[in-house]
Amino acid sequence: MAGKTLYDKLWDDHLVAITDDGDALLYIDRHLVHEVTSPQAFEGLRLASRRPWRIDANLATPDHNVPSSVEERVAGVDGIVDPVSKLQVVTLDDNCEEFGIEEFKINDARQGIVHVVGPEQGATLPGMTVVCGDSHTATHGALGAIAHGIGTSEVEHVLATQCLRQRKMKNMLVNVDGELRPGVTAKDIVLAVIGKIGTAGGNGCAIEFGGSTIRKLSMEGRMTICNMAIEAGARVGMVAVDETTLKYVEGRPYAPTGENWEKAVAYWKTLRSDDDAVFDKVVELDAQDILPQVTWGTSPEMVASIDDTVPGPDDFAEPVRKAACERALQYMGLKAGQRIRDIQLDRIFIGSCTNSRIEDLRAAADVVKGRKIASSIKEALVVPGSGLVKRQAEAEGLDKIFIEAGMKWREPSCSMCLAMNSDKLGAGEHCASTSNRNFEGRQGFGGRTHLVSPAMAAAAAVAGHFVDVNELVGGAQ
Amino acid sequence: MKPFTQMKGLVAPMDRANVDTDMIIPKQFLKSIKRSGFGPNLFDELRYLDEGQPGQDCSNRPLNKDFPLNFPRYQGASVLLARENFGCGSSREHAPWALEDYGFRCIIAPSYADIFFNNCFKNGVLPIALDADIVDRLFQEMYASEGYQLEIDLEAQIITTPSGEVIAFEVESGRKHCLLNGLDDIGITLQQADAIRAYEEKRRKEAPWLFSRSA
Repeated sequence: MAGKTLYDKLWDDHLVAITDDGDALLYIDRHLVHEVTSPQAFEGLRLASRRPWRIDANLATPDHNVPSSVEERVAGVDGIVDPVSKLQVVTLDDNCEEFGIEEFKINDARQGIVHVVGPEQGATLPGMTVVCGDSHTATHGALGAIAHGIGTSEVEHVLATQCLRQRKMKNMLVNVDGELRPGVTAKDIVLAVIGKIGTAGGNGCAIEFGGSTIRKLSMEGRMTICNMAIEAGARVGMVAVDETTLKYVEGRPYAPTGENWEKAVAYWKTLRSDDDAVFDKVVELDAQDILPQVTWGTSPEMVASIDDTVPGPDDFAEPVRKAACERALQYMGLKAGQRIRDIQLDRIFIGSCTNSRIEDLRAAADVVKGRKIASSIKEALVVPGSGLVKRQAEAEGLDKIFIEAGMKWREPSCSMCLAMNSDKLGAGEHCASTSNRNFEGRQGFGGRTHLVSPAMAAAAAVAGHFVDVNELVGGAQ
Repeated sequence: MKPFTQMKGLVAPMDRANVDTDMIIPKQFLKSIKRSGFGPNLFDELRYLDEGQPGQDCSNRPLNKDFPLNFPRYQGASVLLARENFGCGSSREHAPWALEDYGFRCIIAPSYADIFFNNCFKNGVLPIALDADIVDRLFQEMYASEGYQLEIDLEAQIITTPSGEVIAFEVESGRKHCLLNGLDDIGITLQQADAIRAYEEKRRKEAPWLFSRSA
């Protein structure tokens, strides 16, 4: 019999029962809660007179609607200017209070983007099943966990039963091998993967990212990659446990200690795919083929290398793709054949659950240090992923580097990734963004998003247009 | 949840691939703490020429006359014909809430994003996946004939076209059962409460750290 994949092992360890319909009942170890997708779920519990099954499995923090400006944040919830946003945050506070769920409130130093907070606190651990009403929950799979987004009905289901009804996904392996080129980061790897397999490439699958390049990445880099598994169509992205994982987890506030730590480590070390495990799909990438990536269109698969030109409808064979390219060029205000480097930018956004951790901020600060952002840039926002990331960055003086360069240093929130707070693009504005989605209107009505790594966003801020980050920093060849 | 058994309804097109959830319901409408009332903002950025705000009366907003859902021939549609990877992007259940609130009970497309697909079943909306060739043919038939309607029978798992052609579709038995009867999964899962407790008991011994917080 063939060996098991990492996903198979975790699946088997969480299987409670198989129902008469053939659905599996899967146990959920950690449920993360935020203000946007939970109010209707709590309301559902109340209407049915139900209580949460296991209160200590839940952890909440507001992130999507929380303002990033210091002025609004000083007064806490009362300082949120938009009444609709404020109501959502207040509703989360009230629900957590009523049901006894632990919450890191708006001005708690531990507050932040739920996918930054979970791993940072050790609240998401290797071997867990982790869910949240947010598709970027895939992030936590970097620890060697099954982690995925769920809808609000499932949020209510997990609250009430601590389980989900599921069908097992297929196993997909994405192997990246070899040495990365200078200036190429985890973000470029995952954008290259999406460019290769498309936004539906992982539909129905759990993707395990493996290979020597992935093994060499830090935990934060692995989180960036797993975060965007959903942009490749897969609900689940994961990386096997190794020494990097264990070192990252040890000593975090919610991580096990003493005898439990030893016991946990012994189990966690088994969390890798067996050598003879069989995957339903395998995709291979050579790290040497990956250059800094920039998206040009309105889907994350519409991506090119910094040295490329913008493609045109004639570059696609299928009629549906030709039409999509044509529509994307029109929306983005770009012409086929235009150099990626010649795309002029209006705004820069460094942040989001993809790229707002300390290493991301260091990478961006390295590029802008001692430089000024281009005068044509209207605004460059740097939004740390949590209060603790912010504190760490300030201890390292990164905030001063950004401010001296002419960028804005903000408070932790989802911010301009999806523009639910007041950070938005204006119609027609181009933004170099370290977030995860370049959909039409995502960052503001009529806004034009280009997805890039933190280093590339910082380089674009300095140049005013896209540029290979290696031309600005020491990595030049 | 409203049960879904059989329906016959006017078909409207969403003729592009990779329709994402931001397109189905833009983020500003996610600020609502209710489950209903999203219909007027379905495909908001495509339907209207201005930027929509939550709580706004949409009846006086300028319509995008080039968007098919605004064409007189598609008014009252309850079946949405779409292309590959429909519903990609976020997990927001506001997407099926908006489709359902607008009046769509059934979607037909070659493929769906996983989370969206799952969310539809929880809200009485039937997403049917058919071969891309068949979907393409349905698009052509619909464009060629104003008032084009399809009959969908979930029990029999068939679609019947106006010409009498019968197209079979697949649906997982558990999902079909819940949809046919309008059942809430939570009640069904709680029938297994003993199994959940037994699992927790076993797991508490094997992996005690999952049940004891250090912080």
